[in-house]
Amino acid sequence: MLTLTCPCCGVSGEETEFAPGGEAHLKRFGPGSSDEDFRDYLFQRQNPRGVHFERWRHAFGCGKWFHAARCTQTLEVFGTYPGQTSTPTPDIIAAIKARRPEWEPQA
Amino acid sequence: MTTRLSKGGRLIDRTRPVKFQFNGQYYKGFAGDTLASALLANGHTTVGRSFKYHRPRGIVASGAEEPNALMGLGTGNRFEPNARATVVELQDGTYAESQNHWPSLAFDVGVLNDSLSKFFPAGFYYKTFMYPRAAWKHVFEPVIRAAAGLGKAPTKADPDTYEYYYAYTDVLVIGAGLAGLTAARQAADAGLRVLILEQSPHVGGRLNTEEADVEGAPGADWARAEAAALAAMPNVTLRTRTMGAGVYDHGYILANERLDGPVRERLWRIRAKQVVTATGAIERPLAFAGNDRPGVMLASAVRDYVALYGVSPGDRTVVVTNNDDAYRTAIALKRAGLDVPAILDARPAATGPLPRMARELGIRVELGKGIAKVVGGKTLKSVEICAHAGEGAVLEVIPCECVAMSGGWSPIVHLWSHCGGKLTWDEDLIAFRPDLERAPTGDRGQGFVLPAGAANGYFSATQIVEDAVAMGQRAVREAGGSPASGTAPTVTEDVTEEAPAMPVWMMPERASYKLRSKAFLDFQNDVKVSDVQLAAQEGYESVEHTKRYTTLGMATDQGKLSNINGLAILADSLGAAIPDVGTTTFRPPYTPVTIGTLAGEARGALFKPLRKTAIDGWHEAQGATFEPVADWRRPFAYPKNGESVHAAVNREVLTAREKVSLLDASTLGKILVKGPDAGKFLNLMYTNPMAGLKPGRCRYGLMLNENGFLWDDGVVARLDEDTFLVHTTTGNSDRVHAWFEEWLQTEWWDMQVYTANVTEQYAQVAVVGPKARELLQAMGTDMDLSNDALPFMGWADGTIGGIKARVYRISFSGELSYEVAIPAGQGLAFWEAAMEAGAPMGVAPYGTEALHVLRAEKGFIIVGDESDGTVTPHDLGLSWAVSQKKEDFIGKRALERADLTREGRKQLVGLETVEPSVVLPDGAHAVEHDRMIGHVTSTYFSPTLGRSIAMALIEGGLSRTGDMLEFPISDDKTIRAKIVSPVFYDPEGARQNV
Repeated sequence: MLTLTCPCCGVSGEETEFAPGGEAHLKRFGPGSSDEDFRDYLFQRQNPRGVHFERWRHAFGCGKWFHAARCTQTLEVFGTYPGQTSTPTPDIIAAIKARRPEWEPQA
Repeated sequence: MTTRLSKGGRLIDRTRPVKFQFNGQYYKGFAGDTLASALLANGHTTVGRSFKYHRPRGIVASGAEEPNALMGLGTGNRFEPNARATVVELQDGTYAESQNHWPSLAFDVGVLNDSLSKFFPAGFYYKTFMYPRAAWKHVFEPVIRAAAGLGKAPTKADPDTYEYYYAYTDVLVIGAGLAGLTAARQAADAGLRVLILEQSPHVGGRLNTEEADVEGAPGADWARAEAAALAAMPNVTLRTRTMGAGVYDHGYILANERLDGPVRERLWRIRAKQVVTATGAIERPLAFAGNDRPGVMLASAVRDYVALYGVSPGDRTVVVTNNDDAYRTAIALKRAGLDVPAILDARPAATGPLPRMARELGIRVELGKGIAKVVGGKTLKSVEICAHAGEGAVLEVIPCECVAMSGGWSPIVHLWSHCGGKLTWDEDLIAFRPDLERAPTGDRGQGFVLPAGAANGYFSATQIVEDAVAMGQRAVREAGGSPASGTAPTVTEDVTEEAPAMPVWMMPERASYKLRSKAFLDFQNDVKVSDVQLAAQEGYESVEHTKRYTTLGMATDQGKLSNINGLAILADSLGAAIPDVGTTTFRPPYTPVTIGTLAGEARGALFKPLRKTAIDGWHEAQGATFEPVADWRRPFAYPKNGESVHAAVNREVLTAREKVSLLDASTLGKILVKGPDAGKFLNLMYTNPMAGLKPGRCRYGLMLNENGFLWDDGVVARLDEDTFLVHTTTGNSDRVHAWFEEWLQTEWWDMQVYTANVTEQYAQVAVVGPKARELLQAMGTDMDLSNDALPFMGWADGTIGGIKARVYRISFSGELSYEVAIPAGQGLAFWEAAMEAGAPMGVAPYGTEALHVLRAEKGFIIVGDESDGTVTPHDLGLSWAVSQKKEDFIGKRALERADLTREGRKQLVGLETVEPSVVLPDGAHAVEHDRMIGHVTSTYFSPTLGRSIAMALIEGGLSRTGDMLEFPISDDKTIRAKIVSPVFYDPEGARQNV
């Protein structure tokens, strides 16, 4: 059971206090988008072994969505950051690079 | 035969005899005995039958690793299967039964399997019972299940209580032996919060048996004093009888505490910054023919029974070993006045201090020798000895009652491994030990488990203390403290050096097939050396596959004794190195935890909280039958004076159609959506154009997911320019609220919208029927409820019966209907006032079943009945509710997908059975030309129409009105029904508009 820190209210809590929301930073494709883009938006996920950006909600706390950068292999949490961003923040990229120098953010 | 010695037994109190029962007979033991030691003291060598071959089995071990001595404990509702006799504390009145024998322990029919064992090789289930297929289900499986199986599940509800306990600590030490207490002292003196858990009732671990002095006192005495001193510190908590069960992500640990009070067991849920696993080591058996016979025990267990319980394993014990440590057993037996006819040492030489001491006591030591075969049945008669390097030619037969075997020691690495700690093979130790470079990692990537002492591969007391101090100090630093100037306790051991062990995975080295097929690896699952070799021969190279194919290590002991021997045999068969074959995965719990403990208090009424409306008590007092709807309970019907439920439903439907009726609709979700962008936001959430809704008006809305499928519906009311009140289905109120928040926070965070789930703030009462207006007026109101002032799909605020109310003119029945929302606290008062005012009009309440019939008569859908996550609004004939003008809404893009626009999708239709009294079964399939073309989604008898009605999703159904469909119900029964409009009653909608 993970522990996570909500970047909104600052509380560190047990995983049961949070609800997972899958891969982060998906771009929504709506009306007018191509079949391929729409398919990828709905179904294509990275599922990496290693650094992963995720959405979480502090469901039994402040109720806010946020992002977490986490290693799916070692369960290390590189950091959490607000939900209102469509790309990982420079801070979080730096935090990951500090722990995983070989890792490169995907374009 | 095993018996009680006249003296000795550190853990027993000879002044406190206790009486217990085993298989119906009364026996005596002492306080401090385990069930196993008491059975041995009473001469019981055989305590069970094996799983597959039903061979007699005896007690092998003295601790949690015991594979054989599984007992059914207690009777009636306190019956507990699969208790390991070696860890059951004997009490006055303990009631135990052996397991897996029929008809009795002494005579067992299944023993025939043993003679037929060549027909039960590895994977025999997969090989033997393939054909005919039906025979497996009806013949083989029932017979096998009746004859096999370990223990029976209790049949009665557990009367005891269990609880959870939450703990946060800096350093958690698991195991209170020499290593655990030493490591804990480091953390305690550093001022950190320390929690020490010990699975057995007493601290000290092997100090209780072995001859080692600590700080000048006998080890066992030091351990008790040190534990007491630690426990007295304000920052230290120590619990015995508490097993560290599992280590999980980020320093989360589960432990199981056994209690003897109003609470039977307690599940500890612990967060620790650092975990020190001081869990010791387990001795390995040796694999020789007949090593499973009762009387063959681990050498350390033999020593334990003598030292801890004053129990003799028999007059004559042959010790067989590949290491020096087992000599301690021979020495202990000799000193207790028992005979040791021989020590068989597989090694070519034994010159260390322990062999020297044994020889000095006059014990015969045979080098390079092993056991070819054990002779005996339920009791041991003799061993045939042979050259270990050979094939098993018998050199000599030595009569004996007990064999003490030792194949060396394996560190207990389970807790280290549970959360990903890796192991390394130590050639000198002949064991896997924790690889400290690859520890399980916590939330910052830091290692959070530190093994100490024997669990870390250090077996002498001097090394254990040294390692435990180092690990204790490291735990302090990792947990953010500064180590005190910790000094190690001084220890004095019986000997200062031990010669290295020699790997012995099979005895003798080149044993014949006949011997190998009686040399057991896994006692509990009856897996032999020959089985693992056969698996390798048949191509099973992965240890995980071999495990599943042979069932090695899959029993309740999870292979504590068998896994290392098994994978060494596999490695040998494959010609691979042991570390290349690797271990199977260690999974929690370390030893079994009962379901009651895991469930804790979450049982009965507390299993899941039940949501009740403000009016629930009234329903109950009226004798309503209830049904669960999401987490709520709702009245299903209100049968009166012996009326059947079916009759009550019919009456309730007709009351609503003809007079006036009340429904407790409080469970409907109510979500407030407020802000300058509320309309714009709801336009995206619903298929309908909500932004254009006028204040004072309501609109029925549909909510899709991004796949284009319907998942919620309800009425949206616009309260003012900035405010909407959204009604959701009962089951989805929390989900819809979360859905809104998700989109607002993660996609359209620029919108100025606030949402609040106000479901429980209001009670809601639907007043339904031709006399609905009359009833509300009779309650006394300041509102103009006329059709002109408050038309269909309008809402208004006012006072009814003196209670502040918001009245929605909406209808889920097709009748004149007002849904009245009042503050939850006044819900019951409003309801009672309405019942009173409506009495002269013949008012009656109606439940959810009448609600369903009323809406089905009108062809209204219910999400979850007519929709199942694959259904679009167009499929349901609800295209009118899908805006073509809006640029975007959730699901709009998906509705353009080829599969959602194709011809021949299943569409909602009504059905009328040819025989009006026949009601179609829910879910019945429509079959045409041997193809399933759809299914029934809702089906009822309509009292209004006096016939059965149904709704169904049928391929191309909208263009098939008038067609006759067939619904095969069974081989000889088919129901025929005609496709009609799903709106069975009042298709013009005149009745709700009056």
